[in-house]
Amino acid sequence: MFEYCNDPRALEGLQWLSCYLTTATHFSFYWSFVTVLLLLLVTAPLALAFGFAGAASARSHFLPLSWLGRIYIAGVRGVPDIVFFLFFVIALDQGLEWFKHLFVCEDLSQPVWSNGEFRVCPAAKVPLGNASPFMVTAYSFALAVTTFAIVFGAFAANVLYGAMNAVPRAQLETAEAYGMSQSQVFRRVLVPQMWIYALPGLSNLWIILIKSTPLLFLLGIKDAVYWARELGSAKTSGNNPYPHGDWRLFYFLALLVFYLMATRLSEIGLGKITRRLSRGQATRSGEEMRKAGGQA
Amino acid sequence: MSCWETIQAYAFRSLGYGERLLPKEGFDLCQQFTLIGSGLIWNIYFGTLALFFGFFLANAVALAKASRHAVLRKPAEWYIFLFRGSPLFIQFFLAYELLVLLPKAGIEIFGLHIETSWTTRAWAGALLTLFLNTAAYSAEIFYGALKTIPRGDLEAADAYGLSGWAKFRRIEWPTMLRLGWPAYTNEAIFLFHATTLVYFSGFPAFAQKGDALYYANYFADKTFNPFVPYPIVAFYFVLLTLAVTGLYGVVNRYLNRHLPSNQRQRIRLRPNLIR
Repeated sequence: MFEYCNDPRALEGLQWLSCYLTTATHFSFYWSFVTVLLLLLVTAPLALAFGFAGAASARSHFLPLSWLGRIYIAGVRGVPDIVFFLFFVIALDQGLEWFKHLFVCEDLSQPVWSNGEFRVCPAAKVPLGNASPFMVTAYSFALAVTTFAIVFGAFAANVLYGAMNAVPRAQLETAEAYGMSQSQVFRRVLVPQMWIYALPGLSNLWIILIKSTPLLFLLGIKDAVYWARELGSAKTSGNNPYPHGDWRLFYFLALLVFYLMATRLSEIGLGKITRRLSRGQATRSGEEMRKAGGQA
Repeated sequence: MSCWETIQAYAFRSLGYGERLLPKEGFDLCQQFTLIGSGLIWNIYFGTLALFFGFFLANAVALAKASRHAVLRKPAEWYIFLFRGSPLFIQFFLAYELLVLLPKAGIEIFGLHIETSWTTRAWAGALLTLFLNTAAYSAEIFYGALKTIPRGDLEAADAYGLSGWAKFRRIEWPTMLRLGWPAYTNEAIFLFHATTLVYFSGFPAFAQKGDALYYANYFADKTFNPFVPYPIVAFYFVLLTLAVTGLYGVVNRYLNRHLPSNQRQRIRLRPNLIR
C-alpha cells in the first residue's frame, strides 16, 4: 500500500508493521468484519419477520396454523442451536436443488438420495456449475442468513408471543367493544402496544445474535475467524514476504476485543432506547423516572 | 453386522474402546444411534464437570461482585464482562492458542515438574474454558439473586441477632440459591448445549474421539443426508434437557420446601441460546 513497502525484508519496527497490516490478505480480514456487520443488519430484520410470523400464527384461532407456530417455537428450543446451523445449511441447499430437480430435469427415474450420494442433474444445481464466483459467495451468504433467520426467528417469536400476551387484556376488550374486527384489534391495538414489553427480550436476543456471528465460520463463510486462523498461523516458508511465528493468539485477541466492544456498545445503545421508550409508561421504570423529576 | 454387534463395537468408541475404525458403509440407524450416543458421553462429561466446579467459582465471584471493596468488586465485574461479552466460540480458540504457548517440555516450579501437553487436549482445555464460562454466567445469575433478596428477610435476620457469617450461611446464601435457581437451571441446560461447540472450535479430536455432534457431522458428510443424524442428536439432547430439568427440579423443590405452595419459584425454560 505504501511506497516503502516494496521491499519488506529491509524494513523494521513500526514501518514493517504498517506494511504488514496493509497487505491484501489483511484487507480481506478487515473486510470480513464488514461481512459480520452486514450479516447482522440483514439478519436482524429478517429474524424479526420470522419471529412475527411465528408469534402471530401461534396466536391464531385456526388450529393447524397455531400448531405450526408452536412447533416452530418449541422445536428450536431444547436442541443445541449449532445442530440447526449445521443442519439447515445442508437441508436448505438440498431442498432447493431437489425442488428445482423436479421441474428442470428430464430424467426423474433415478432416486435423488442413493448410495450415500445426493444427485441431481447439472441443470438443477444451485448455483449452476458455471456461475460466477460472486454468485457462489452470495448464495452461501444467503444460505447463512436464512439459517440465522430461521433459528433466531424462533427465539424472536417466543419473545414476541410473550409480549403479545403481556398487553393488558382490557385494551383488547375495549377495542372489541368499539366494534373492531379481530384483525383490526391485532393491527391497531395489539401490535403498537407490544413493543415495550418485547424490548428487553429483543435486546437480549440482539446481543446473542452478535455473539453467534463467529458460527459463520462453520457455515463455510470466510469470516473473521477464518482469516484470523489463516493470517495468524506461522509463516516461515521462504517466499513469504512477511515471515512470522504463530500469531493466532494476537488475532484472536483482536477478535475478542471486537466482540467485547460490539456487545458493550449495544448494551449502552439499547439501554438508551429502553429509557426512551419507558418515559411516560405505566411501568416501574417509567414511574421511577417521573419521581426523579422528569429528566431521562 | 447385527445391531448388537454394532453396539458392542461402537458404544464406547468415543472413549477409544471397541472398533478402531469408524463405520465405512451401511450407515444404518443402529450405527448412527450407537455412535452418536457414544459421543454424548463427552457432552455429559463436559457439562457435568464444568457445572460442578463452576458452581463454586460462581458463588465466590457473585459475592465478590456484591462486595463493597473495589479490590474485590472490580476484578469480578471484569471477569464476568469478559466471559459474558464475548462469544464462547472465540473463547475456545483463544484458550487453545494460549495453552499451546505453554512450554512443551513442561514447567519447573520449586523443583516440581509439571507436564503441560495434556492442557491442549479437549478433555482438559475445553473443560477449563467451559468451567470459566459457566462460572461467569452463573455468577451474574447469583449476583442478581443476591440483590433481590427481600428486605424483610434481612431485617428478620437482624432481629434474630444473626450477623456476619451466620447470617450469610443461614439466610442470605439459601435465599440467593432459591431465587437464582430457575435461571440457573436454564444456564445448566444451555451449558450442555454449548458443549457441542468443543470439537468445532480450536480443539482437535484425537483418533476421531469426538462428541455427539462430531459423529453426527461425520455421518452427514458420509451419507450426504442431514435428515437422519442431526435429528438423532436433537433427540438425545431433548432427553438430556429433560434429565437436567428433572434433576434441578428436585433441588428446586428442596430449596423451596419451607414456602407455602403459591410462593414457590417455578422453573421455566427460557431461550438463551449461544454464548
